[in-house]
Amino acid sequence: MKVKAISDGIYEIECGNVHYREVNKKVKELVNKGAKKVILKEVYGQRYIGTGIKENVKIEVYGTAGNDLGIFLYGPEIEVFGNAQDGVGNTMRTGKIVVRGHAGDVCGYGMRGGKVYIEGDVGYRVGIHMKGYKNLVPTFIVGGKAGNFFGEYMAGGILILLGLNRKPGEDIVGDYCATGMHGGVIFVRGEVPKRFLGREVKVFEPDVKDLKLLTDELKGFSEAFNIPVEEILSEPFTKIVPVSARPYGRMYAHRWGIATGIIK
Amino acid sequence: MSPYYSEMSGCGLAGIVNRNGEKISGKFIYDSITSMKERGNGMGAGFAAYGIYPEMADYYAFHVMLDDLDYESEVNTVLNRSFKIVKSEIIPTKEVPSLYKKTKPPVFYRYFVEPRDDARLPMESEEDLVVRTVMTINEKVKGAYVISSGKNMGAFKGVGHPDEIGDFFEIKEYKGYIWLAHTRFPTNTPGWWGGAHPFTLLDWAIVHNGEITSYGTNKRYVEMYGYRCTLLTDTEVAAYLFDLLFRKHRLPIRAVFMAMASPFWKDIEHYRETGLEKTYEMARMIRTVYSSAMLNGPFAMLFAFKDGVIGFNDRIKLRPFVAAEKGDTVYMASEESAIRVVCEEPDRVWMPKAGEPVIALLNHCKEEDVCYPA
Repeated sequence: MKVKAISDGIYEIECGNVHYREVNKKVKELVNKGAKKVILKEVYGQRYIGTGIKENVKIEVYGTAGNDLGIFLYGPEIEVFGNAQDGVGNTMRTGKIVVRGHAGDVCGYGMRGGKVYIEGDVGYRVGIHMKGYKNLVPTFIVGGKAGNFFGEYMAGGILILLGLNRKPGEDIVGDYCATGMHGGVIFVRGEVPKRFLGREVKVFEPDVKDLKLLTDELKGFSEAFNIPVEEILSEPFTKIVPVSARPYGRMYAHRWGIATGIIK
Repeated sequence: MSPYYSEMSGCGLAGIVNRNGEKISGKFIYDSITSMKERGNGMGAGFAAYGIYPEMADYYAFHVMLDDLDYESEVNTVLNRSFKIVKSEIIPTKEVPSLYKKTKPPVFYRYFVEPRDDARLPMESEEDLVVRTVMTINEKVKGAYVISSGKNMGAFKGVGHPDEIGDFFEIKEYKGYIWLAHTRFPTNTPGWWGGAHPFTLLDWAIVHNGEITSYGTNKRYVEMYGYRCTLLTDTEVAAYLFDLLFRKHRLPIRAVFMAMASPFWKDIEHYRETGLEKTYEMARMIRTVYSSAMLNGPFAMLFAFKDGVIGFNDRIKLRPFVAAEKGDTVYMASEESAIRVVCEEPDRVWMPKAGEPVIALLNHCKEEDVCYPA
């Protein structure tokens, strides 16, 4: 593992086949020394990049980022020049992740804040159990297409699927989209076949307020990948929201509670 | 990093195939699987290679694992009953000190054999004879296990990290046109030398990440056809299922995978609704006839035979699986980084859909006229 100082506060680490523990330890060390930007070169699947750092540093990743990129992220901004694997932004809280490529399965799992922008496609179970609380509202934007279980059990936040690379006849999203969703909102650029949608959600046309929200949220994505917001908004969006805040409330409730009317 | 350090993750798998049949050094698969060390815990790793015995390509190559060298004579006797042994030798291995700290490696023997004409039972094919012999050795010869039995191919496996097992068998010295590799994180079944992947039969080899929760049903099903599950793990049954469906029942490749990772009934119904009458009819029949061959549970598998590699996932993609190609070489692995380590700039990298097999056959095979083993 070669580490060199490029200029004041900017460091470069050559990762190669070095174990992720050593790489992440080094990054933390540099940040503690006051680094403002750490560039990771030749990344081959090193995991958990960016976790455990509270400073607003910038981490650049060249290569293929490993699983759980930016897990529990609390401040840093990560930019990947390449593809990412599974679990991008897992349970992240604040900060930003930009991936200039595709990403794998279970991205944005349990995410509770911050922004994630993926340029290409994502795999299965993306946005599963995203949540939000008061001023913590996570935003996950996918430039390409998504696999099955998109936004499954979603509890909060904003999930946006653009399908900009979609070919004619191609599905933008897979089966079981928004199954068990009970909070937050999903916007899909195009139509979602009814047979792919969970029973817990309803589909609407975005109103003026929604379009305002979309325009605001898409700004960051547009800047990151240099795609004009107007171009993205040139096609109609579908808005998906849950019908019930507790779709499974009765399923696991005690019979006595239902009988006495305490549980509705 | 301590060689004994590991964390929960799940198995890792890798496969490389050159569709022109050009030989690739074992170094590449070694580097690919070793980069995913994190996915295993040092309790099992293995390799399968095709095209490694060109001078002996006409003979079945039996790789046999012996708990004790003394059992060799018994294996010899069983083999002699049905085969002419053309050559037999100890598989060369190298001392890997870290390996001996956790386990006592067995002895590995290889036999190049030719079936005797008079050994076959009525209605039995040459391949059936090989399968019967494998089952006999595995079941009846104490302390001996056949770990591969195909022509011009072989499996190398054991208890250790992929680099330890790779160094032990000197994998980098071999050259093959197809390579499979596995690093194991045993969960439900013991980590022992015979239980490491790949699992093979004839020239099928299979590596697997995940678990087969339908093991009981599948086991009972293949046992009806004379297969014996003796290696104490669920993956073995998948190898026998492939043999049954592909070689014995001669199903086309896509039909085999439709049986093993069959679509949901609602999706089958959707074929009909969208006018795919024929696909609907085929899917419905396969699901009905081969219901016991369906593999349930979370898994990703790579399945190799002399004509190519096929990778596939369970029906809802509960295990990772990435594929890539560069020219005539196709790569498959659990993680994209394991591909990039050996192929910096692939022409295409993609994440296959659940249940949709990635079929990488050699150029001389057309998918429609399926290539059969032997």
